[in-house]
Amino acid sequence: MKFTKTALAALAVAGLGTMAAAQTEIRVMWYSDGVEGEVMQDLLSRFEEMHPDIHVVLDNVAYQVTQEQLPVLLESGQGPDIARVAGVLKSASEHWLDLRPYVADADYWDANFGNRYDWMRPDGSDKMPGFMTQLTLTGGFANKTLFDQAGVPLPGEGATWDDWIAASKAVMESQGLPAAFAIDRSGHRISGPNASYGANYIAADGMPAPVDDGTMDFVARLVDWTNEGLMLPEVWVSAAGTTYRAAADDFINAQIPFYYSGSWQVANLSTKIGDAFDWVATGSPCGTAGCSGLAGGAGLVAIKYTQHPEEVAMVMDYLASEPVLREFTERTLFLPAHNGVVAAGGLNFQSDDPNVPPALAKFVAASGETLPLADALPAWKWSNAYYGALVTRVSQVMAGEISLDEARTLMDQDIADQVAAAAQ
Amino acid sequence: MAGLGQTLGRAATWPLTLAARAVDPPLRAWQRRTGTGGMAAVFLAPNLLIFSVFVLVPLVLNFAYSMTGGTGILLGQRPFVGAEQYARLLECQDYTRPITCREDQFWTAVGNTAQFVIFQVSLMVVVSLITALILNRDIRGRSFFRAVFFFPVLLSPVVVGLIWRWILQRQGLLNLIMVKLGLEPEVWLNDRVYAFAATIGVSTWAHMGFYTLILLAGLQAIPRDLYEAAEMDATPPGRVFWRITLPLLGPNLAVVLVLALIRGVQIFDEAYVLTGGGPGTSTLYLTQYIYESGFASLLREPGLAAAASILMGAVLVVLTLIQLWLSRRAEGRKAR
Repeated sequence: MKFTKTALAALAVAGLGTMAAAQTEIRVMWYSDGVEGEVMQDLLSRFEEMHPDIHVVLDNVAYQVTQEQLPVLLESGQGPDIARVAGVLKSASEHWLDLRPYVADADYWDANFGNRYDWMRPDGSDKMPGFMTQLTLTGGFANKTLFDQAGVPLPGEGATWDDWIAASKAVMESQGLPAAFAIDRSGHRISGPNASYGANYIAADGMPAPVDDGTMDFVARLVDWTNEGLMLPEVWVSAAGTTYRAAADDFINAQIPFYYSGSWQVANLSTKIGDAFDWVATGSPCGTAGCSGLAGGAGLVAIKYTQHPEEVAMVMDYLASEPVLREFTERTLFLPAHNGVVAAGGLNFQSDDPNVPPALAKFVAASGETLPLADALPAWKWSNAYYGALVTRVSQVMAGEISLDEARTLMDQDIADQVAAAAQ
Repeated sequence: MAGLGQTLGRAATWPLTLAARAVDPPLRAWQRRTGTGGMAAVFLAPNLLIFSVFVLVPLVLNFAYSMTGGTGILLGQRPFVGAEQYARLLECQDYTRPITCREDQFWTAVGNTAQFVIFQVSLMVVVSLITALILNRDIRGRSFFRAVFFFPVLLSPVVVGLIWRWILQRQGLLNLIMVKLGLEPEVWLNDRVYAFAATIGVSTWAHMGFYTLILLAGLQAIPRDLYEAAEMDATPPGRVFWRITLPLLGPNLAVVLVLALIRGVQIFDEAYVLTGGGPGTSTLYLTQYIYESGFASLLREPGLAAAASILMGAVLVVLTLIQLWLSRRAEGRKAR
């Protein structure tokens, strides 16, 4: 009897081992802004049930890892099989796999995602690198409870940046807050406002244009607001280089009445604020040229160094399918990037938070107000060169290390250096 | 019981004994052929191999990278540019004004690192010496305090940075205490002077236990009879310190000084987590500049980062040579 039990156990272990050996493992590098990691894990578990021969491992990492470590891995021909990326979507696009030969229905992909392939492939390429898991749009959030408590009305449609900062200043003073507002420490985040003040980054030949008066107009305001103690200084001033810093926690902790970030924060704010206070999405305040946010988003791309392109395509086909992407959108509270889902409408965003539906509706409405520069930047090769120079030098001006004029010269030099290095 | 212990001991060392017996004949044969000099090479070889793989090869590769341009990571994809990266780093109209330099952030980092080293090393040596002198006395709970002062050395630098960030940030512990005491809170890490002082204080706090230990060992090696003789002569304590303790602690102090200097030049983790190099670039140190240029910036320049690290390495080599020279001089004095 004992022998029989032992033999059965050995057989079971051997069987499991054989099964494990037969399984193909696909690794997905994934970062989360809100709850999307949990949603994705749930969706992938269902995929594994349908495909027992494929085991998908979701490696949850910080956003910084996709920005700093993934590109190094890719350059050395390593990396996961699939990755969710945002900041390096365009700059690392030479490493993405062309999925066209592997997906089940290329026409479906082209019809639903084709208009944004250029955001994630090299200029002039016709490859099918992946799909956008969601669209994002930069925009503001206001702590309505703080505005109400201060008796300050929320600025309405067409309100300018000056209007918003003045109103937020009144709230700050009334409620004894440390600052009136904050913008994430990112060149991407201030590029929508820059565009609203008439900035243009792109020269006629597609190369970076010198930093212009439009950019300097908003940057000068931002510096003044920081010097006046209106912008929370910890976010921009207290770091060097291109380090990314979000100010979401300061908004969540009701330290600032106005926060400029983007639509990807909706789920994060809803989850962490709960019913502590009421908040609203405000869209992008206006400048002299418009009221533009900056479109963007995260893309799910296949890595060309994968050993299992067919299995990777199966995972991608599943995640890109309309019902799965619709569910992902509804559960993560993201703006959909699937043309079919957008056209069908009727999204049932899964949130009991009454602040969420109007916030998402506001972002959808604001997406119609983006200016040409803001529409062009996601697919522009030199965006990161511009963003990096902006964030590095503007922070130095805020810290009182250099003047605005010096910053302008240094930004042009930084961008020229980056172009020269990339051309070598 | 002793028999059991011996049996267990034999069992534990049995694999080693077996391995020693296995390598014994070929080693004897080798020694017969090459003499004792050849044996030294055999015993040094494994260490040399590890040293080559993890130090020498990366060093050579780093130098090769510093002579290349472009943004690619693999050496084969990078064009040879000669000393262009060094020229770019060293191109400057006025070295006292970093903004006039082509790579202004590099010179800002050099200046910050130099200031950090001067202040931090001075503070480190003084604080470690005072702590060692106190811990060398026959005080109550001496072992406890020795452990307490050494404890931060065991912490990861990232943990150290985070702990102090939570203490010093706007809504941190320090401001909470200040508010409780009726004082105005301060955004410590947003002020250039406070942030710079914080990086010095925190790194001193984190590493002083190590240097205290070196000095404590030196203090305990000073012969007691010298102090007894001084006591019999009624020598004042200050004179005992300057004429007996400090001169005999000289070699240990030299080691502490040079090790602290080297570590000071390499400052990165605690400062990076604590201040991120800010406010502005006031706590941007050399290693952070190298890290950001090579890995963390939106468009990486590994060649520039490699050149900067070679220049930093040159400074460290000079400091190491000074340490060797001081150690040998101290040994020479002892021998005399």
